[in-house]
Amino acid sequence: MKARVSLLLVIAVVMASFGFASAQDAPSGDLEIFSWWTGGGEEAGLNALIARFKELYPEVNVINAAVAGGSGVNARAVLTSRMLGGNPPDTFQVHAGEELNALWVAAGLMEPLNDIYEANGWLDQFPEGLLDLITDDEGNIYVVPVNIHRSNVMWYVPAKLEEWGVTVPATWDEFVNVTCPALQAKDVTPLSVGENWTQAHLWESVALGVLGVDGYNGLWNGSTSWTSPEAVAVWDTYGKVLDCANDDMNALSWQDASRRVADGEAAFNIMGDWAAGYFLVDLALEPGTGFAWAASPGTDGAFMMLSDTFGLPKGVANPGAVRAWLSFLGTAEAQDIFNPLKGSLPANTTAQIDNSELYNAYFQDAYSDWTSNAIVGSQAHGLVAPPAFSNGFAAIIAGFQGDHDSATASANTAVLALQTGMVQ
Amino acid sequence: MTTASRPALQQRSMSLSRFVIYGLLILFAAIFLIPVYMVLMTGFKNPAEVSISTMWQFPSSFSLESYGQALQVLAPGLTNSFLLVIPATILSSVLGSLNGYVLSKWRFPGANILFPLMLFGMFIPYQAILIPLVQFLSSIGLYDSLPGLILVHVVYGLPITTLVFRNYYAEVPNEMLEAGAIDGCGFFGLYWHVVLPLSLPGFVVVIIWQFTQIWNEFLFGVTVAQGTPTVTVALQNLSGSQIVQWNVQMAAALLAALPTLVVYILLGRYFIRGLLAGSVKG
Amino acid sequence: MIGQSRRDRLIAFFMLLPSLILLGIFVYGFIGSTLATSLTDSSAMQRLVGTPANNVGLKNYNDLFTGLLDSRFRTDVVNTVFFTAMFIGVCLAIGMLLAILLDQKIRGEAVFRTIFLFPMALSFVVTGVVWKWLFNPDAGINVLPTVVGLPKGTFRWFISEDQWLQFNWQDLPVIVVYVVLAIVLIWALLRWSRTRGTAPALVAAGTILVSLYLTLGNASALRFPNYEVKGFNVALIAIVVAAGWQMVGYTMAMYLAGLRGISEELREAARVDGCTEFGVYRYVVFPLLAPITLSAMIILGHISLKIFDLVYVMGGGDNLYIDMPGLNMFFETFRGQQFGRGAAIAMVMLIMVAVVIIPYLVSSLRSQEKNA
Repeated sequence: MKARVSLLLVIAVVMASFGFASAQDAPSGDLEIFSWWTGGGEEAGLNALIARFKELYPEVNVINAAVAGGSGVNARAVLTSRMLGGNPPDTFQVHAGEELNALWVAAGLMEPLNDIYEANGWLDQFPEGLLDLITDDEGNIYVVPVNIHRSNVMWYVPAKLEEWGVTVPATWDEFVNVTCPALQAKDVTPLSVGENWTQAHLWESVALGVLGVDGYNGLWNGSTSWTSPEAVAVWDTYGKVLDCANDDMNALSWQDASRRVADGEAAFNIMGDWAAGYFLVDLALEPGTGFAWAASPGTDGAFMMLSDTFGLPKGVANPGAVRAWLSFLGTAEAQDIFNPLKGSLPANTTAQIDNSELYNAYFQDAYSDWTSNAIVGSQAHGLVAPPAFSNGFAAIIAGFQGDHDSATASANTAVLALQTGMVQ
Repeated sequence: MTTASRPALQQRSMSLSRFVIYGLLILFAAIFLIPVYMVLMTGFKNPAEVSISTMWQFPSSFSLESYGQALQVLAPGLTNSFLLVIPATILSSVLGSLNGYVLSKWRFPGANILFPLMLFGMFIPYQAILIPLVQFLSSIGLYDSLPGLILVHVVYGLPITTLVFRNYYAEVPNEMLEAGAIDGCGFFGLYWHVVLPLSLPGFVVVIIWQFTQIWNEFLFGVTVAQGTPTVTVALQNLSGSQIVQWNVQMAAALLAALPTLVVYILLGRYFIRGLLAGSVKG
Repeated sequence: MIGQSRRDRLIAFFMLLPSLILLGIFVYGFIGSTLATSLTDSSAMQRLVGTPANNVGLKNYNDLFTGLLDSRFRTDVVNTVFFTAMFIGVCLAIGMLLAILLDQKIRGEAVFRTIFLFPMALSFVVTGVVWKWLFNPDAGINVLPTVVGLPKGTFRWFISEDQWLQFNWQDLPVIVVYVVLAIVLIWALLRWSRTRGTAPALVAAGTILVSLYLTLGNASALRFPNYEVKGFNVALIAIVVAAGWQMVGYTMAMYLAGLRGISEELREAARVDGCTEFGVYRYVVFPLLAPITLSAMIILGHISLKIFDLVYVMGGGDNLYIDMPGLNMFFETFRGQQFGRGAAIAMVMLIMVAVVIIPYLVSSLRSQEKNA
């Protein structure tokens, strides 16, 4: 009885707010959109979104406040300072998951957006696994996801593998013991890796491959101890994988590392699926023949995801325009504008994923995995761990590169998890 | 040994040592210019021609394409930097001149303690004030804006500008000011009629120094005004993102360095004077 | 002193006041605030929620030097020490050499001077971008020898992972104590050999006793808790080359100004006394340049202790072989959002610089006072 009353109340409030909104004039005024999308397909995608939004809401003056550099580090620094100074942007880009929850939501700085989800029917249109990730314990949703990226992808060139006489390894053990020596005997770099964060990216694929879905999730929910033999084994395997990699990793960007595969200098590269856009657009390679992909070893059936989202901070000057923007972002139309340019999957299931003019062969393939696989969150991209953990982890990854000491690395990670409040 | 042979011997050893001296100088000059050669060659090459195997060769044709691309990326940064550098340089020079005048000619009790305390500000690692600085600027609404960055550069420029003017005005004979004082000039009258007309060389030194320092600064730019990136921040963003196009990066590096290089080559004498002033004794 | 009118002196003070207030806030107020922050567990989270940070005393500092997780900071300290030593050494040696060469009444001196000094006009960011390209291990400097038919260089520059002079971080306090004791002992013995005084003899005896106590007794009480191998990271050579390229001209300019200040008569007098050209430098020029060397060491030292942009641009940030405290502080604060820990790193940097700068400022202003 009580539940029903409160449900009615919610509906009444939602209806009221809607009546209120429609009774008012169309949203107008300034709308500052804060992101770190300043180059390539990301920037093109954001600009296309803004252009369409302006057509829909000509009264709104959109300010694109994108901050470049440091793969988002600089932008996050600016964002933190602006929030601390009580001057938040109207809406900002944030990775779904802990990067959002551990700070912005936990600090009570975000408005719940459940009414927008209900009004647009998104609760049925967004996949359940994704909704679970962005819903807090009280059932509130604070952000609208614009895209889905996959982290655990292994890239290669099929013709080259044939030439070298190797196949795509199914497990990390196979990679380390069979694939790697075979390639090294032919003077080919088995795996190309880049600077620090790409090493952390590789690490999470190794962890998922070694621990499996439950074991990997356990690292973040506390059921897998960082000092357990399994967790130490992750570092052991990761160390052996690094031994199969190029020795100039600190000098390479992710593009440099991916390019080694395209150039035939290296056999494999583990990188998120933004690499598909790089192979396709920048290097002009054909999916399937010029470059190909597989789930990283041992992670078949698992989809390690990350997602860019936007939310509504409390106390902004023009919430009406922000709500209009967020309502637009989640629609199939907006997602079909943005994602083909950015090179990512739409989060909304009613998007035209089957349209091969919009989404190339890689994304068709990835989408079937997205809808059928077990979904896990990426550590390297802020989904399962708070910023303080990620920062400390960067140092641990860098230290491990020097000493390959699994015991120290796992002990350090355990302390870090404790210190940053991830486990009690 | 005859007396006649000694000068001849000296002559020969002289010319040998001359040869070694010039040889060494030319060798070092060549080493110093290697990066310049690389920047120019890479920047003028066609993008298709930029590769590791030919990186030391002359471009087959001179192309300005990289400069066009670099300029496009760097243009907002260049504009921001000019908007920052000009007011910040003028303000910190004027304040420095006044401070130098006060500290050299109007000594008051405690000045000997205040001055080194002011100077210390020029040596601190700016990381040590970064967190409160960001908070302070946020609280007065100047965070992530050019005016905020101007304020920061004016304040942290004060020690060096004050130092240069203090040492410079110390050379101005007190008799000149005393004569002015007898004519009835007060604090401002003396500054305006006696000190300021003598100050041009001092201003040139300080303006050049501040211009170069502020133009080249990175840490404040990257933390205090991300939304309006200065040229160094824009250059770093270019090098840290997307595909590494070395030709564009080298062209951009040259563009970013050009204003300070021009100033240095035209007015190098004054630049060196500012540089030596940085070692306090001057 | 002029303008004894009280009113004018008041005006003078009020003209200085804005600068004093600004510097008071921006230098001393902020340093105080950073110090206060460094004694807490302040984080972005706490500040956003509005809960006050907890006072944790010296925990952040303690963690930096002994905590399991802060191996990165300790690597930074070791890197900074090696980098500073090499950077100063290279700049002084080459700067002095160039200044002496240029002081030989050279034709085209202005051209050479311009070439050696122009990197000073550049930003460390420009230097970083350019040298990153030159240090590419498969390109750049390494292939330069092939232009004249020599084999390709194999040094891996800033991505080198080699480490020389390895030592156990645990032993560092012990090493430092022994080094200090040795210096004191040598100083005391020298003093004693000259004066035969009792005080130096007592000091010498004392240091010997302390060393004996440490050696025979339990020196391990002084040791840090964690076993960690540190050493000289060879990759730092790349940073030294790039930073040296930029700053050698500065030292040269300082020495050149000093050389020009030594009168020809003085040198001639030495020559008349039978000094060779080398002797003139050994007995006349070098001693007179000593204060300039000290100035240069201090200026260069404080630049290298707080270096940030060059390494950030060249190494990208998380390359521990060339990591410096300035980068660690930046990431700890803005990426990890742990202000307390970031502030502690900043304070350690400040202390390192202050130890170098404050005595220098005091002494040079005192001597200026005397001359005036």
